[in-house]
Amino acid sequence: MKKAIFPEQKNNDFKMNYIIRNLSIGEGETAHLCNVNLELPTAGVVTIIGRTLAGKTTLLKVMAGLQAVDSGTFYHNGKDLLKTPAWKRRVGMVYQQFVNYPHLNVRDNIAFPLRRSGMGRDEIEQKLEYVSTLLGLGDYMERRPDELSGGQQQRVALARSLVKDSYLLLLDEPLVNLDYKLREQLREEFRRLFKDSKDRLVVYATTEPDEAMILQGHVVVLHEGRVIQAGPCADVYHYPANIISAKIFNDPPMNMFGGTIADGLIQVAGGLSIKTPSHLKDLAPGSYVFGIRAIDVKLGGKAASADLVLAEVNGSTTVLHLDMDGQNMVLEMQGVHHFDTAARVDFSLLESRLYAFDTERGELLAAPLIKSLSGQGGLNGKN
Amino acid sequence: MRPFLKLLKIVAILVWSVFVVAPFLWALTTSFKTANGVTNGATYLPWIDYEPSLAAWKGLFGSDAGSIDIVGPFANSLIVTLSASFISLTLGTLVAYGLSRFRYKLGPISNADLTFFFISQRIMPPVVLAIPFFLMLGFLGLLDTILGLVLVYIALLLPIAVWVMVDFFNNIPKELDETAIIDGCTPFEAFWRVILPNSLPGLVVAGIFCIVFGWNDFFFAFTLTFTQTQLLPVAIVSLNSSVTPWWSLSASALISVVPLIVVAFLVERYLEKGNISGAKK
Repeated sequence: MKKAIFPEQKNNDFKMNYIIRNLSIGEGETAHLCNVNLELPTAGVVTIIGRTLAGKTTLLKVMAGLQAVDSGTFYHNGKDLLKTPAWKRRVGMVYQQFVNYPHLNVRDNIAFPLRRSGMGRDEIEQKLEYVSTLLGLGDYMERRPDELSGGQQQRVALARSLVKDSYLLLLDEPLVNLDYKLREQLREEFRRLFKDSKDRLVVYATTEPDEAMILQGHVVVLHEGRVIQAGPCADVYHYPANIISAKIFNDPPMNMFGGTIADGLIQVAGGLSIKTPSHLKDLAPGSYVFGIRAIDVKLGGKAASADLVLAEVNGSTTVLHLDMDGQNMVLEMQGVHHFDTAARVDFSLLESRLYAFDTERGELLAAPLIKSLSGQGGLNGKN
Repeated sequence: MRPFLKLLKIVAILVWSVFVVAPFLWALTTSFKTANGVTNGATYLPWIDYEPSLAAWKGLFGSDAGSIDIVGPFANSLIVTLSASFISLTLGTLVAYGLSRFRYKLGPISNADLTFFFISQRIMPPVVLAIPFFLMLGFLGLLDTILGLVLVYIALLLPIAVWVMVDFFNNIPKELDETAIIDGCTPFEAFWRVILPNSLPGLVVAGIFCIVFGWNDFFFAFTLTFTQTQLLPVAIVSLNSSVTPWWSLSASALISVVPLIVVAFLVERYLEKGNISGAKK
């Protein structure tokens, strides 16, 4: 596995103060983490994105000190954190389950870590006042966790990890057990809370690309215990290092299909033929895997036709699943529309938005041109 | 249909109540009877059916010649049961927490085997244990002593405490311990400050089991004592001589039940709110 390093950002002169080297847990097929190498900034937001069982929780637990590792190191400012027990590490963690102390009311729940650290009564009161206002918990301070709704319980857990003087805040899919509306609402709150995280690093694990996009910051793509790609959010979005990364960091996953470039045309299996766009002109004739986002597939245009297998409304967008003679294609469009399934529909691809990947190793060969992007140089010379 | 079901429920509860309460009523009336009153057949209503007498109750607490000493054995039973239950519960809770939260491995032996080892102590019939216990206590010079009985009862009650508490701890999400540790608790503090306060329902259940089993045990109290140390169940049974004194027997049986009734009332409200919701979704 190649070392994954964040490219330097011009507008943000952070230092890489968390350094994970060769971290492994388990071996072979059952490995939870496999030779993870990461360098993380000392402040800001890092989103770890990966599917279920990709190793996100395990990685967070290693950072928190709750999980023993088989090999590897984890340094912070030159200090080996793996040698520091969890209760001395000054980290905060929020789980996807709503974990609060059931025998304490909200006030005592939030004050628990402060009291453990020996903070004075007046200072604790100040902090409680601040965080309860910040998260809108003022009216619930005397209640027990089981008397609160799921969203409120998660706010209490968040408040408890925010008040204490921690340098690392770990959030493990904190929104996954909430209903849609609350999720949207808390997601916005997270963005507001973490936007200017100057003195601590927020590590946010999720399966949802949307959440990474809202939080911005950096992204680490994790797949089967390995780091597939790491970099500023926009870079990972615009230049997915490989097919897996492109699928994980897009929802719906990026469409992938095989095709050949010859005579200025891209020939795709289903009979679709596309004029080679300018950014793919440099590719030698031959077979490639092409990728395109669901939003860049458009209805109409008569470039190709396919059977409509499934039409689902997802929030404020409509997602169509198409079958083009055995080749699946997903199309996402704004607004709520109704379609008869099993109908034949015409669609076209925005060829300027095509990605090209290596057929054998799945690595990115060419990506669409981006007009203005701060991290343009972060492409690792791949296009 | 619904009123009928409700009626059926009430009838069923009434029948069961009679079934449970009747023996107590019987014992209560018998304890106020004289020898003649008992042999005159089944009578229940004092002053109408039979002439009540306090003779049996006086006999239990009086200091006249011929009275029976029930206070001594009662105190012995109380000391043995409470101390053995307390120690079993303390040790058992610690053992159970360890078995629930940490992984142990020695060759092929792991946590499940250790848990089964504790439970297996209660699988064999008590008779099997009687002779080893007798020999061991004899070797230690603890036969017929309170301390000896406490030790034996700990061996009997510990498996119950471990069994109940392992199951209880397994149902508390591990994330709760982890959160406490992240919030600055050492593993023991996490247990003491977070897990234990949330384990009250489990502790109550395990405690009740210990107290009930300890208090009611007759077999070991009988085989491991002679004359110096007598526990209540043995004292009550030993009332039985050539002529069975049903009146004294009833009175002392009622006395032996009182502590358990008190425990039941004290503990009932804890069992009702026995939940740890809030820790998990």
